[in-house]
Amino acid sequence: MVDIKEYGQFETAWCPGCGNHQIIQAVKRALAEEGLRPRQVLMVSGIGQAAKSPHYLRANVFNGLHGRALPAATGARLANPGLKVLIESGDGCSYGEGGNHFLAGIRRNIDVTYIVHDNQIYGLTKGQASPTTEFGFVTKAQPQGVFNTPFNPVAAAVGLRCGFVARGFSGDVDHLAGLIRAGMAHRGFALIDVLQPCVSFNKVNTFAWYKKRVQPLGPEYDPADWAVALQTAHEWGDRIPLGVIYRDETRVPLEDRIPALASGSLIGRPVNQTVLAEIMREYE
Amino acid sequence: MARETLNILIGGEAGQGLVTVGELLARCLVRSGRHLQVTQGYMSRIRGGHNTFVLRTSVHEVPAPAEGFDLVVALDPATARIHEPELKPEGLIVVDEAWGLTGGNLWAVPYKTLASGRYMNTASLGVIGALIGLGTPVLLAALEKAFGKKHPDQAAENANTLEKAYAWTRENRSDGFHLAPAQPGPTRLILNGNDAISLGAMAAGVRFCAFYPMTPATTIALNLADRAAKLGLVVEQAEDEIAAVNMAVGAAYTGLPSLVSTSGGGFALMVEGISLAAMLETPLVAAVIQRPGPATGLPTRTAQADLEYVLFSGHGEFPRAIFAPGTIDQCFHRTVQAFHLAEDSQGPVFILSDQFLSDSLRDTAPFDLASVTAVNPADRHRAALEAMGSADPSAPYQRYALTPSGISPRLLPGLSEHLVVSDSDEHTEDGHLTEDLDVARKMVEKRLKKADLIRSRIVPPDFWGDDPADLLLVGWGSTLGAMIEAGQSLRDRGRRVGVLHFSQVWPLAPEQFLVRLESAGRVVAVEGNATGQLANLIRRETGFRIDAVVLRYDGLPLTPEFILRGLEE
Repeated sequence: MVDIKEYGQFETAWCPGCGNHQIIQAVKRALAEEGLRPRQVLMVSGIGQAAKSPHYLRANVFNGLHGRALPAATGARLANPGLKVLIESGDGCSYGEGGNHFLAGIRRNIDVTYIVHDNQIYGLTKGQASPTTEFGFVTKAQPQGVFNTPFNPVAAAVGLRCGFVARGFSGDVDHLAGLIRAGMAHRGFALIDVLQPCVSFNKVNTFAWYKKRVQPLGPEYDPADWAVALQTAHEWGDRIPLGVIYRDETRVPLEDRIPALASGSLIGRPVNQTVLAEIMREYE
Repeated sequence: MARETLNILIGGEAGQGLVTVGELLARCLVRSGRHLQVTQGYMSRIRGGHNTFVLRTSVHEVPAPAEGFDLVVALDPATARIHEPELKPEGLIVVDEAWGLTGGNLWAVPYKTLASGRYMNTASLGVIGALIGLGTPVLLAALEKAFGKKHPDQAAENANTLEKAYAWTRENRSDGFHLAPAQPGPTRLILNGNDAISLGAMAAGVRFCAFYPMTPATTIALNLADRAAKLGLVVEQAEDEIAAVNMAVGAAYTGLPSLVSTSGGGFALMVEGISLAAMLETPLVAAVIQRPGPATGLPTRTAQADLEYVLFSGHGEFPRAIFAPGTIDQCFHRTVQAFHLAEDSQGPVFILSDQFLSDSLRDTAPFDLASVTAVNPADRHRAALEAMGSADPSAPYQRYALTPSGISPRLLPGLSEHLVVSDSDEHTEDGHLTEDLDVARKMVEKRLKKADLIRSRIVPPDFWGDDPADLLLVGWGSTLGAMIEAGQSLRDRGRRVGVLHFSQVWPLAPEQFLVRLESAGRVVAVEGNATGQLANLIRRETGFRIDAVVLRYDGLPLTPEFILRGLEE
């Protein structure tokens, strides 16, 4: 175990009471408990309030473009499979702007742990609907209420047979840290959708609203059963299940399938001049 | 009388195998000491339509494609009809007897008696080979190299068909299309522009390529994918071009020399990522292979209409370099330079080519691989680490340290105790986001300062011909050969002509070329676009106004004849 102090303590740009404060605490705790040192970790994010997270702990950081954290993380993993790569971004960045990458990333099964801060609203741009905003939710941009049915990231990921799908809650740091550890231990794409209140722009899905509904899955729950997982993923009402909803350890991560990576990272490898000359001779 | 030069068109529907025949013939010609240049024209479809593979071959070097055909080899009746007007007066159209076509220039071959169904293309190769006077050994060797390993069961039938068609042709046609004999010299390569860009990237140490399929850029990624396992590189087909460029920036940040390849529309999707590479100061090479736009345009044709687009791509202000190779050799060497410049300047560098050059097979001398140094970010990392000495790793590493050159020592993440922080927001020297406006100003200046390095390495434009010239043709990229051939044709008529060719179109260094423009009698810009983009850029950078233009924007490559006609107007 690594001392959590290695990950530092930083002043943030977040609102008091925002779920982000707990989520980053859970991330730091999970990293330290997994025995990872900051140098071994790459935090990747997009743009949004959640995407500022990597700046508030000590690690390698790639804070890229809105919606594009996953492709950048994919490139980084393929460049150096020795890095532990975590992505932190919000629901708008991950499921809206980055929706195509979300689907492709799960299919690609790149070995990253994707922590989505899901507060069902765009916070940084002051309160427009996000893909996970509930039907009928009124905002300044959707004065008649949201017409779109909400995107269910957990159900979508289970539907795609993502190897690790979990739902956490920012109000339960212990539970969330456990989920993040399990996600990092999983070899392959791990999604952790984290429910969190937005104290400034979401007056419906408040801390109290979530607190009343979220319920960790019990030990009897079998995340290996896909059909049950799909059903559980769709539970959203008086009870919202938390925990590892689906898990399939048999899927092979992309990194393991690429012949060039069989002997590890390609960084610093000199060009094989014999092979290069052979390739040129193919054009004779 | 033997011909020094022949212009041969092979035409047919997509899926008929004309490219296979054309490539085999190209290989035979080069193996037997001839030079050549191929122009491919194809439609955006998999089957049917009308495609062409034109080989201009000569005992001398072939600088450009030309108009007017000596031989039209029709694999379908439409080819005979469509290209009849382009036949030279003494030319010949080779058709299948079974089509029942007649006419003065038509020559019917009884393919049915020479070959069975799937061997029809082999028969065509035999017919063309005999017509132009290639020996059977070189033809059989090419067949064996192409199909011997893949289809050993068909080897005998292929050889028999070829010999039969060859013998029949020799018996029935002895006139006029034999190429003058040539002595095979040192080994020549036969490859197209995209092949040479791929080889250049491999020699320069590319380790990562992400792409989304798009004609005419796809073959660069395919070439790399084909060699990825044995050379040790990762090629990933992304879900879209946005993912491709972000993957490449992620890989480059982590330490792999990275390449993206695309064309106009795909590049449009990459543009925010180009800006990201600039902001994160991450080396990135982007190969943009042009085709006509706007939007989907003519997907399989050629153009030089995206110079301004690439030059101005990416929001915000940052330095860049754009190479525009005009030959196969330049495709290779400018790509190597692009990787070095990207690595050294820590930012995006572009290779701007086009469909014509990308598909144009040509013979060229083997590249001197031993003279090429590969980029190696890990070496830079080690050197930077050494320079930092015993710096305290708990103090933030200044990834964006302000330096006189604007270039900061670059460490790679995970390879030392130092943490590498990069942010697309404006950031402090340690990489963390900031809204300190004084820092913002300094960072803008730091990034732009890197232009000094880029400027110090500008490849000067090549000059060919008479100095001073009465007529100076100015162009860039793939039009080089057509300009030289047009220029030579005018010189043969007593004119003093020069050609100024830019294989790097940004930045421009007026001291390298302005005097040539000013001392020439008449300056004409020759470009594959409708607005004279290089001419406009030269005016912007030098104040020199090029009034006369020869512009082509119908999707076809510039030919010497097109330029000569344009000059007369």
